[in-house]
Amino acid sequence: MIQPAKPDLVTVNIDGKEVAVPKGTNVIEAARLVGVDVPHYCYHPKLSVVGNCRMCLVEMGMPAVDPATKAPIIDPATGKQKINWIPRPQIGCGTNATPGMHIRTNTPLVKDCREGVMEFLLINHPLDCPICDQAGECKLQEQSTQYGRGYSRYIEQKNVKPKRTQLGPRVTLDDERCILCSRCIRFSKEIAKDDVLGFVDRGSYSTLTCYPGHELANNYSLNTVDICPVGALTSTDFRFKMRVWFLKQTNSIDPESSVGVNTIVWSREGIIYRLTPRRNDEVNDTWMADSGRVLYKQVNDSSRLAAQVGLEDALTQAKALLASGSVAVVGSGRSSVEEQFLTKKIAAALNAPAYLVSRVGEGDKLLISADRNPNVRGALVTGLIDKLPEQRLAALAEAIDAGRVKTVLSIGEDLAAAGLTEAQLAKVSVVYLGTHANATSAAAKVVIPTQTVFEKSGTFINQQFRIQKFHRAVPGFTKAFDDLVVLSKLLAEVGGGAISSDLNALWSVIAAEVPALASTSFAKIPDSGLLLDSTPYAALPFVEGETLHYKPAAPVPPAAGIPTPPKGTPA
Amino acid sequence: MLADFFFNLHPIVQGLIKGLAVILVIFPIAGVCSMAERKVAAWVQDRPGPNRAVVPWVAWIPFVGTFLQRLGVFHVMADGGKMLFKEDSTPGHVNKFYFIAAPVLAMIPALTTVTTVPFGAYLDAAGKVIPLGLAPIDIGILAVFAVSSLGVYSLILAGWASNSKYPFLGSVRASAQLISYELSMTLAVVPVFLWINVPGSDATLGFGRVVELQSQPGFWGGAWFGFLMPISAFIFLVALFAETNRQPFDTVESEADLVGSFHTEYGAFKWGLFFVAEYSHMIIGSAVFILLFFGGWNPLPWVPLATFAEWLNIADKPVVLGIVSIVIFLAKVIFMIFVFMWVRWTVPRFRYDQVMKLGWQKLLPLSIANLIFYAVAIAFIQK
Amino acid sequence: MAVIQVERKPLSFAERTYIPQVLGGLKTTFKHLISKKQTLEYPEQRPEIPPGYRGVPTLVKDPNGREKCVSCQLCEFVCPPKAIRITPGEIPAGSGREHVEKAPKAFDIDMLRCIYCGYCQEVCPEEAIFLQNQFSMSGYTREEMVNHKDKLYELGGTLPDQHFKWDKKKAAEIAAAEHPSH
Repeated sequence: MIQPAKPDLVTVNIDGKEVAVPKGTNVIEAARLVGVDVPHYCYHPKLSVVGNCRMCLVEMGMPAVDPATKAPIIDPATGKQKINWIPRPQIGCGTNATPGMHIRTNTPLVKDCREGVMEFLLINHPLDCPICDQAGECKLQEQSTQYGRGYSRYIEQKNVKPKRTQLGPRVTLDDERCILCSRCIRFSKEIAKDDVLGFVDRGSYSTLTCYPGHELANNYSLNTVDICPVGALTSTDFRFKMRVWFLKQTNSIDPESSVGVNTIVWSREGIIYRLTPRRNDEVNDTWMADSGRVLYKQVNDSSRLAAQVGLEDALTQAKALLASGSVAVVGSGRSSVEEQFLTKKIAAALNAPAYLVSRVGEGDKLLISADRNPNVRGALVTGLIDKLPEQRLAALAEAIDAGRVKTVLSIGEDLAAAGLTEAQLAKVSVVYLGTHANATSAAAKVVIPTQTVFEKSGTFINQQFRIQKFHRAVPGFTKAFDDLVVLSKLLAEVGGGAISSDLNALWSVIAAEVPALASTSFAKIPDSGLLLDSTPYAALPFVEGETLHYKPAAPVPPAAGIPTPPKGTPA
Repeated sequence: MLADFFFNLHPIVQGLIKGLAVILVIFPIAGVCSMAERKVAAWVQDRPGPNRAVVPWVAWIPFVGTFLQRLGVFHVMADGGKMLFKEDSTPGHVNKFYFIAAPVLAMIPALTTVTTVPFGAYLDAAGKVIPLGLAPIDIGILAVFAVSSLGVYSLILAGWASNSKYPFLGSVRASAQLISYELSMTLAVVPVFLWINVPGSDATLGFGRVVELQSQPGFWGGAWFGFLMPISAFIFLVALFAETNRQPFDTVESEADLVGSFHTEYGAFKWGLFFVAEYSHMIIGSAVFILLFFGGWNPLPWVPLATFAEWLNIADKPVVLGIVSIVIFLAKVIFMIFVFMWVRWTVPRFRYDQVMKLGWQKLLPLSIANLIFYAVAIAFIQK
Repeated sequence: MAVIQVERKPLSFAERTYIPQVLGGLKTTFKHLISKKQTLEYPEQRPEIPPGYRGVPTLVKDPNGREKCVSCQLCEFVCPPKAIRITPGEIPAGSGREHVEKAPKAFDIDMLRCIYCGYCQEVCPEEAIFLQNQFSMSGYTREEMVNHKDKLYELGGTLPDQHFKWDKKKAAEIAAAEHPSH
């Protein structure tokens, strides 16, 4: 029976199950809430609805009422209100739930419709799954297995369309596999705001192509590959590299800016093959920038720093330098919260000032913010810094010139790039912890190689003050050491006490010492992140402009409150 | 003449030459027997058997080289060479003195008994049959039994010195089995010696008289004792299988339950000595069996060697006749050895309790009854 | 279940002496002694391999000499002992086979791991991998026991093809280029 609906909820009946859904929810999403899968190709929760694939056909009906009296008509056979079923099937994506609506997804008519649609879609499909990169995550494969008839009646010549078309620098198109769902066209127009894709020709000759003189070159082009339900759009970088079913998925965070895009790292046997976005409706929806997808290449980059001596020897050397006093610590906005916490402890033990390097670029108003450090908020929360960092290390340079600083401990920051001159670098002894070779590692007295974000676990706090976890996807580079191990041992060497490098043990210390993280632990942070209270930092002039799901708060009045991200449509 | 030269030598030198001859004959025969064993086993199992090893310059001889290769004769050399040259390790946990003494002890009775067994005969100027033997002693069978039963000591010694449970169990079994079947074996041959010691003649236990009594004219005189005393021959044969530890009586070496029994811990040359000792036991046993029950060097029943020599007209050529008689005798022995191998692939191994039951409850009463029967019969016949 | 007592015929005296049985056995073994030998002398004589035999897995070419494997990696996926390792690669333009797009850059089968189950042959959508009649694989090192791509094609040779699907595909592409139908 239909239950009284809550004010902003509507109750629908799907395959006999009642479910209350927010107003404006379409039938596909409503069915998903009760665990009923309505197959679809063109519909995407973050794009506009066009309804051109016809795969999501369902039977729909409304409770019968007497046209004159508006009184419910009761079916004498069941004693319940009679349902007037619409004789033709309706598309689930383009139909929003209305109170009392009844949906059937398992009737012979629906089954017949799906079978018919599948047959049409497969008529001109080349069926080259053995060489297709989408195989394994292909909706056409899955749904033809689940809803198709299992054999082909088509004996005529299939259409020949362009194959191996380069749509842009990163995307390759195979038009024969395209089922004309138009997701990529809508994405380019609606999300990337770079309207370069469209269909030409008619009927079964319709072909996806770029507008003449244009190419799909925007920094979000690879999202079209992600949302392509078939193997038509493929990533030129990932093409023919590895079948997806071999790849292990690890949740991670894109470290390229303070947006903190949620990602999945796809790896096999210690080798990363690709990065894709992970849906988080509060942060990045289902998108990610192309520039973030190539970061995995830094793992096996030839400029990786390799350990020349063992960790213990390196730490002894570092201690000898740091023990002389007059130390400055340069922390990093690219370090994880945990590393920043240990850096702060080291700075305190050495009684040294801590600096941070700011990186400011231009935000693209979508998923790359102006602050290119992923974790400046973490440095604030852990207390490593108490004001926003400068882009150039002017204060440090002055201290070196004045002779107040003799030794610099740099946590992954290239001091030369941050404004120190060669002469200034030569004047001090540098202890450098980092992943790749640069001017600072070349000038450093002690170099301790550390891991990239893909080789370690930790947390970042993004621009929304959302603390998000990333996990180790691949075993670390063998000639580098885990950051937390290095820092915790260094802390012990400089007399800052013993803090375990184990994440869970470390988090119990963090929870005890950092007020903002008092009631949490690494295990407790959900995969979608945990929003922290940002009010203490509301007065700081953060550099970020507006991006997806983020609006900068007016900086001056401290009472302005946290910017609350708009609610995404329910999954 | 060569024979004259030999008999004019100092007796000690003669003895040394005879001993060397024994070693030079027995060792190769044991090797050939091992090869024959493998070939017979293969043929019975429908296989060609060892047929790969070949010496290069022999391989170049047409037909003969291939034939010898297919026959596997070079495997004997390969096996022997391997046996000699492989590392002869002595396990750390054994009693070294007795461990090394055991295979040597096994060889002593094996080689000693050979000397007492005549292996041929020739006619002297008077037309009398003179047996050919290294040490023609008058106590013949007694010497064989006495010396060959010493062989059990080597088994016990090997089993005990190995300081390991399987060899020990094996040697206990071996001693029990050998002692059990010696009884029946001895009782089985007594009728033969009752028969040959005709009243009025010199008492003897020598093999010469046994063969002589099988070479007489007439139906009964020319019949071999195997026909006259089949039960004795049968008991002797069964006991012989048991005494030589051959199938179906090889519970001593049953690899399924005792790994390798008394020679589990042995390898290389020391193991090879046990091996040779076993084959020489077989040869001696077969020879004794042929002498006692199957006419010795007589070619056929009712055809004694002397008659045969007259047919061939070689009665006055002692050397030729001697060689002919040796060939006849060896042919019979080789056939017996083939029977050993033939039986091995026919009758499965008895269980140990069956071995004991057969020995004590069946063969012993049978041999006693057999002895009483023949004692009474011979008493009547030779009265 | 009822217990059925089987009546055993008592042994006759002759049977109890065991002698007729032994003699019968000797007769049987002697027959075998002189009968025809049943074994093969292996390196010179080879057994006849029946059709459907699962020997060493090999890669085959079609009658036109095209390597059939497109490195879909299904065999690698299905292989129970994980003996197969494929590095996929792209067929470069201008080779005349770029319409196939994909071919293995490296294809290794570790014969120390292979269990000759034949799943790879069964799963192959391109009929490129076959367990043929090669049954003897030996080597002195572990590395020798890994069959690389060259060796696999050498072992596999050419097998007849019923479909020639990629040749048909190329013909269709050429035809479409010559006569645009729209």
